[in-house]
Amino acid sequence: MENIITIDEQMIPFKTGQTIMDAAMEAGVYIPHLCHNPEFEPHGSCRVCVVKVNGRMMSSCTTKATAGQKIENNTPELQENRRCLTQMLFVEGNHVCPGCEKSGNCQLQAVAYYTEMLSPRFQHFYPYRELDPTHPDVIIDFNRCILCELCVRASRDIDQKNIFAMSGRGIKAHLIINSPTGKLGDTDLNVNDKAVQVCPVGAIIKRKQGYMNPIGERFYDQAPIDEMGDIAEPHAGAKHHD
Amino acid sequence: MTKKLKVATASLAGCFGCHMSILDIDEKLIPLSELIEFDRCPITDVKKIGKCDIGIIEGGVCNAENVHVLKEFRENCTILIAMGACAINGGVPALRNHYSLKDCLEESYLNGIGLENAQIPNDPEIPLLLNKVHPLHEVVTIDYFLPGCPPSADAIWTFLNELLSGEAIKLPYQALHFD
Repeated sequence: MENIITIDEQMIPFKTGQTIMDAAMEAGVYIPHLCHNPEFEPHGSCRVCVVKVNGRMMSSCTTKATAGQKIENNTPELQENRRCLTQMLFVEGNHVCPGCEKSGNCQLQAVAYYTEMLSPRFQHFYPYRELDPTHPDVIIDFNRCILCELCVRASRDIDQKNIFAMSGRGIKAHLIINSPTGKLGDTDLNVNDKAVQVCPVGAIIKRKQGYMNPIGERFYDQAPIDEMGDIAEPHAGAKHHD
Repeated sequence: MTKKLKVATASLAGCFGCHMSILDIDEKLIPLSELIEFDRCPITDVKKIGKCDIGIIEGGVCNAENVHVLKEFRENCTILIAMGACAINGGVPALRNHYSLKDCLEESYLNGIGLENAQIPNDPEIPLLLNKVHPLHEVVTIDYFLPGCPPSADAIWTFLNELLSGEAIKLPYQALHFD
């Protein structure tokens, strides 16, 4: 059988071993995602990329493409699910877009726009989370972390430094820093490390770059995320995860 | 001529930026004024809301008076709109939600730098602060949300026009922003 899947009636070819997300990305079909970055092993945790494969809900970043799959992607039901997940992320952290340096370059915000999220819908948690300004070149603001673990994967797999990790379970899950003090300033993180480049939100931001690009002229100010793609560009010579 | 729709607006825990954006509609306010008339609104300076078709609220809820005004708007308006980031998620005023009210007041009025005769204001005319700042939808039912900090004049204009004409509201991509 030919290596073809169908996403929303569109025939998409795939190579053996590719996931649905891989095939869709290669064909230029946008499936919303937050924890996925094609340079890293799929994580499957944000659930924003869930599609219906032959009628069953599956995360497209972890499901292998197999010939003949009939996939629903851009449907009102799935968009509603994605909007709901995005709203839950917004109320779980402290995402104050008007006061965030990443606004306009933020994938969480862009997915919210794409799914037409107008309100947080749920009750805000307003959790108290620390900001760690101890590193000379990088600030980490845990208020904005969405637990995608891209920095964990980048630091472990590419930088070979293992600076970030997850701790706690369920609603208590949070990002931690592997240093004796737990502070970023006491790690060997470099501003050019991959881990600093991959954050899809404003949790890990570089110092001395604040508002170099004015609000309104930023990446996702130009066009929606289904046209613009991910904010984190693969670095030169980047290897695909497979 | 059909009867003009009555519109009321108020700024609660906001910065009046959204109201500035309403004023920014500029000369288009003239054709708009043929369709609507303002009831309670900082522009008319009417203090008490009457029966209205549309209520627009800027800002979240941070004190007892805000709760009172918001409930009055809900009782009197057929359609209630949360306008701007603060009305929708608390915005900048809600940054105090991570701290206790006592700590915030003491930091501002007792332990702040350069204070003389430091005391926490307690005049009975000052509305009592709530422990936390709340978005509007946590207090009353909201019919429409118009995000932005502030929403642009164009976004407000398009929103109101589509609402008044009974069309489904669809803002262009560039008009829908959280910042």
